[in-house]
Amino acid sequence: MPTNTVITAANEAFLRRINELSGEKVTRCEQCGICSAGCPLVAEMDRTPAEMMRMVQLGDEDIAKSKTIWICASCFTCTVKCPRGLDPSKVAEALRQLNLRKAVDYIDLMNIPKEEMEILPQIALVSAFRKLTG
Amino acid sequence: MKIPYYPGCSLKTSAKNLEVSALAAAEKLGIEMVEMPRWNCCGTVFSLTSDDLMHHVASVRNLVRVQEMSENGSVDTTNKMVTLCSMCFNTMKSAAKRVRENAEDLVKINSFMDTEPDYNGNVQVLHLLEIIRDMGFDKVSAKVTRPLEGLKIAPYYGCMLIRPKEIGIDDPEDPTIGAQLFKALGAEIVDNPFKKVCCGAYHTVHNKDTVIELAHDILTHAQEEGGEAISTSCPLCAFNLDNRQKEIKEKYLKFKEMPVFYFSQLMTLAFGLGEDACMFEANYVDPRPLLKSKNLL
Amino acid sequence: MEDKKDIMQIIADANKSVTTGIDSADIEHWVWIHIMGRAYQVPAGLTIMQAMEYAGYKFITSAGCRAGFCGACATMYRKEGEYKLQTAMACQTRVEDGMFLVQIPFAPAQEATYDITKEPYAASTLLEHYPEIARCVACNTCTKACPQDLEVMDYIQDALRGDYKKVAERSFDCIQCGLCAVRCPAEITQFNVGMLARRMYGRYGMTEPEYAKARLTELDQGKYDKEFKKLLAADVEELKKRYAAREREAD
Repeated sequence: MPTNTVITAANEAFLRRINELSGEKVTRCEQCGICSAGCPLVAEMDRTPAEMMRMVQLGDEDIAKSKTIWICASCFTCTVKCPRGLDPSKVAEALRQLNLRKAVDYIDLMNIPKEEMEILPQIALVSAFRKLTG
Repeated sequence: MKIPYYPGCSLKTSAKNLEVSALAAAEKLGIEMVEMPRWNCCGTVFSLTSDDLMHHVASVRNLVRVQEMSENGSVDTTNKMVTLCSMCFNTMKSAAKRVRENAEDLVKINSFMDTEPDYNGNVQVLHLLEIIRDMGFDKVSAKVTRPLEGLKIAPYYGCMLIRPKEIGIDDPEDPTIGAQLFKALGAEIVDNPFKKVCCGAYHTVHNKDTVIELAHDILTHAQEEGGEAISTSCPLCAFNLDNRQKEIKEKYLKFKEMPVFYFSQLMTLAFGLGEDACMFEANYVDPRPLLKSKNLL
Repeated sequence: MEDKKDIMQIIADANKSVTTGIDSADIEHWVWIHIMGRAYQVPAGLTIMQAMEYAGYKFITSAGCRAGFCGACATMYRKEGEYKLQTAMACQTRVEDGMFLVQIPFAPAQEATYDITKEPYAASTLLEHYPEIARCVACNTCTKACPQDLEVMDYIQDALRGDYKKVAERSFDCIQCGLCAVRCPAEITQFNVGMLARRMYGRYGMTEPEYAKARLTELDQGKYDKEFKKLLAADVEELKKRYAAREREAD
């Protein structure tokens, strides 16, 4: 977890940007951890959803480079459970978008194995490309 | 009831068995689903950022088609549409909600889609399961000619049918709509503690291991509770739970295959509509041996 | 009628100016256009291509058949006071006052390599070679950009769900100009997708027509050998006569 106690203007700008993109007030998060407890993909993440929320609160831009934001599949389990009515899946989306809007792709869509392309349904490809290509 | 029907891309290919069985089952219940002309991909996932309207255009364009059908009398419902795929349902309902509640977004999208008639913001996006529930499950029972006696079904709901709360068609914490339907068909219901856990969704494209783990959990928990088959309404869940059993078996040697049904396949079976309407041959794990062992085929 | 005659006269005059170097003092109607940011006054009624040549540009690429078939002279323009970015084939569209023009000689795109005899006739084939079609956001920009008025977005949607017949039908009149691809926010190369789909549909989707099969058999049996020999022996005048008198299907 980040331990910086001095919030710089850059930190604050980052928090504001994520609030704006996600439409959430991330500072309302009380760090109860229910999002992390319910997340079906938390074991794959390098930061738990609650850590992600905390890092955004502190304006720590490293969260935008985390694996967590790409692992989140927007299953909305945290959305349903958050006692503060926050939607961490929207925060993860905002962080993904920060990357994707620089025309960065998280997956290489030209090199998906042929045998996989033959069986993958369109629904899988469309959603993966929406979430993971810029 | 004659209602505009939005199929979605996968229902024309990998999930043909969902479309064929659902159309047949719905017809039996007096619901005529009329495929909308010139529909386009819904986008499959709803964009969650506040400023991203571009990714809702696809859904709204489909809603314009519904509006046109209501106006030209090709259906007898007004501003209603039905979907079968959970993801299409979620994406389009979310988009419909967003433009209904944000007049400014609606104006922006309408002015962007300058080759289309303006969308009026009134279309209601429904899932077939909702329509059936609202008709009453007793209407379903009345059509059953071959009760699914002795078949132990573990309904699986996944994410997009029940979450987030304002979009889902059932209690996001304890959905029962599938259980009620299959009970009406005469099946035995097994409650799977993993019934609303994500299957890994599109991770199946680039991160198959995650999907294998999640699907293994979902399937084995259903089996531990005594389930003989699992049900779904989503072509992506179906792919991950059904087709990925190939990889699950390679990783977990003790894993035993388990059929994955679309909810509608169980309906056509119980309604006695014949195997052509069930399209079991399109399922990856063949459910026919199980059904034969229960004297259901 | 009077008006129409005038316009036709303007066009004729203007064309003459390009082809014969008529004195500009004799040209009555002029328009201002901008070619890559520079303003030029050109005779009204010229095509964009003729106007550019009049202005002194020499086409060493971005020009081909000059008849609207080859797709080489893709052009983009905006008109003064309008926000729409429009597209045209330079040989088929007349200049209008206040056009800001640029040629798009080539749409950067790589055509997939495939052996058509080995590709499965399934939706996955199009997705495998052009996975980016799954990025389509249905914005319809491609359709609006198409100078052939094709429903490009619709055929990309058909491609996504593997409906080869519809892609082939909807993209049939594509001239591969590439304007759809340069406008696409999802970076799809629509014209190449259509090409692959038409090839696949031609090979696997269409049934071989009976009349074609029958005619091929006749050819093999030598039914027309005598006629061919006569044609090969005929002189030019005779060929011209027969060409003019040939039976044609209605256009």
